[in-house]
Amino acid sequence: MANKLNIVEAVNQALMNEMEKDETIVVYGEDVGVEGGVFRATVNLQKKFGKDRVFDTPLAESAIVGTAVGMAINGLKPVVELQFMGFSYPAFNQIISHVARMRNRSRGRYTLPMVIRAPYGGGIRALEHHSESTEALYAHIPGLKVVIPSTPYDTKGLLIAAIRDPDPVIFLEPKRIYRAFRQEIPEETYELPIGKAKVVEEGEDITVITWGAMVRDVQKASEMVKEKGIYPEIIDLRTISPMDRETFIESVKKTGRAVIVHEAPKTLGVGAEIVAIINEKAFLYLEAPPTRVTGFDTTFPLPRGEKHYIPSPERIAKTIEDVVKF
Amino acid sequence: MRFEDCNPIGDKHYRILDFDGNVIREEDIPSFSDEELLYLYWTMLFSRTIDEKNISYQRQGRMLTYAPNIGQEATQVGSAYAMEKNDWLVPSYRELGAWLIKGVPLKNIFLYWYGNEWGSHMPEGVRVLPISVPIASQLQHATGIGMANNIKGEKNVVVTYVGDGGTSQGDFHEALNFAAVFKAPVVFIIQNNQYAISLPRKVQTASETLAQKAIAYGMPGILVDGNDIFAMYSVTKEAIERAREGGGPTLIEAYTYRLGAHTTSDDPTKYREDEEVEKWKEKDPILRFKKYLKNKGILTEEWEENTKKELEKEVTSTFEEIENKSDTLIEDIFKYHYETMPPHLEEQLEDYKSFLEGGR
Repeated sequence: MANKLNIVEAVNQALMNEMEKDETIVVYGEDVGVEGGVFRATVNLQKKFGKDRVFDTPLAESAIVGTAVGMAINGLKPVVELQFMGFSYPAFNQIISHVARMRNRSRGRYTLPMVIRAPYGGGIRALEHHSESTEALYAHIPGLKVVIPSTPYDTKGLLIAAIRDPDPVIFLEPKRIYRAFRQEIPEETYELPIGKAKVVEEGEDITVITWGAMVRDVQKASEMVKEKGIYPEIIDLRTISPMDRETFIESVKKTGRAVIVHEAPKTLGVGAEIVAIINEKAFLYLEAPPTRVTGFDTTFPLPRGEKHYIPSPERIAKTIEDVVKF
Repeated sequence: MRFEDCNPIGDKHYRILDFDGNVIREEDIPSFSDEELLYLYWTMLFSRTIDEKNISYQRQGRMLTYAPNIGQEATQVGSAYAMEKNDWLVPSYRELGAWLIKGVPLKNIFLYWYGNEWGSHMPEGVRVLPISVPIASQLQHATGIGMANNIKGEKNVVVTYVGDGGTSQGDFHEALNFAAVFKAPVVFIIQNNQYAISLPRKVQTASETLAQKAIAYGMPGILVDGNDIFAMYSVTKEAIERAREGGGPTLIEAYTYRLGAHTTSDDPTKYREDEEVEKWKEKDPILRFKKYLKNKGILTEEWEENTKKELEKEVTSTFEEIENKSDTLIEDIFKYHYETMPPHLEEQLEDYKSFLEGGR
């Protein structure tokens, strides 16, 4: 039977599949139970697994994450939802001071198999604080894993891997493309490895490294430059931390050129780290300076201005051409 | 009964022993054997000895910053003794007496304060979480452990501690609110030692008592004389039993006093009067318990002298063992961030090792 799902449905199916198999998994957060989540990612879970395993909490992000620490120590696998990435900051202290550190602090005595899910990114004409793309904040912290899928297939496989992972995973969902397209994916459970990038499109002329909602914009840009005879190799990072350096280093060694595309601000973003790694590992192969196309070092604009902020396929295509012509 | 008698609004302290060690609530006195009574006293002396030795090691430059518990032994030992083996202890960083009761080895305690993470690697079966430094953040973990007990249908209870300063943190509010909403089996104990480093209790909150905050969360609360070991034990015991039977959380304010500094890096003479400290020294929880035990003919000076000598010997030898071999292995710094070390960490470790070996 066809199982054509969009990203938000893939999240739901991953949770359904895993909760059926593993009764230590609990899902909770704001409005995830009765309502099924503001984006409907957890719809029907409470109906199926009951109020003990899927429940609504009072409105407090620090407690949602902080209690998950206790639950994980006490043998459960919490998968908590933070409604928007921009609302994850009240939980910052718990995430940085405890989620990331418990294994190291206790030398492996206490570990935290838990997942913090949050929709991230702009482009949905939302109010302030609903368009954040601050993955670099979390990727900077030792002890966390940060995963960002870009397709329904990857979403399901990576979320299942995150739930099964013995370490805490921040799972950021590209809400701009939550319902943008459907994909035929296996109905049964499957796992994709965390820490492995994917070559989305093979090409010889330039390597474009990106993730999340930007993957589709890069693909559009790729179509534009192909008309001019430029064939990019597109790499979807999929995991921000720990990063699959090998895949993009090998690609850059082949193409000699790199463009990094992300939605987050430029300065000290994940792109800066990728440029540094390329310089360290593939410097002598470079034909041009690795270059970034990113959001600006500004606050994410309210909806009337957001089209200027998120790198457009045109802006990406222009940079690709510039780097190829360098 | 204890809770009904002591409405947390108002400053009535629940107390079993008066300041001279006389029993004022005969009906509430716990039924301990003589051995148990001596064990409790021994643990208080053990805690005091560790503190005193650590302060002197620190002054000799042999110990890092240390947070002593002097004056708060009854609060910690009395409350922790009410726990069962499977109950969880979720500490902040000034709960030495509770750690000792729960069976944390002295070696772990020294390793922690001497700067090695292995100190927080509790032995199997010791349900004690590592010290949590960010104020009040540990309360969330306690609530989570309790919520998990409810989900799993397990009967064990969580006892967690916070200071008077910690009650101002958002995590205090969130943890108590969640615990009450989800009827988590958690006993929250505020060690009100009157100061958050330098800030006196009266400017920490405009609430008349800290215990009264319980009312807002919809849970029982009580103000207890934290220097009365029997009162601390009885009240905690009742709260634990209620939690175990599905009655949800309790807030206990243990009214006590930090006789020493916040940590060895702090000078309390800058923010409080000697006169106040002297007044509280008369209420030393160890002295009060000693008076009771002597009146009962359970404790002799000879026993106490011998015990103190033995404890000092044990503390000294354990510290010296740690002092001589507790350096962190380079691998250990890297090994415990993830179950499997990711390639970038492996690379950093290898680079550093080869640097040390003179490779580059």
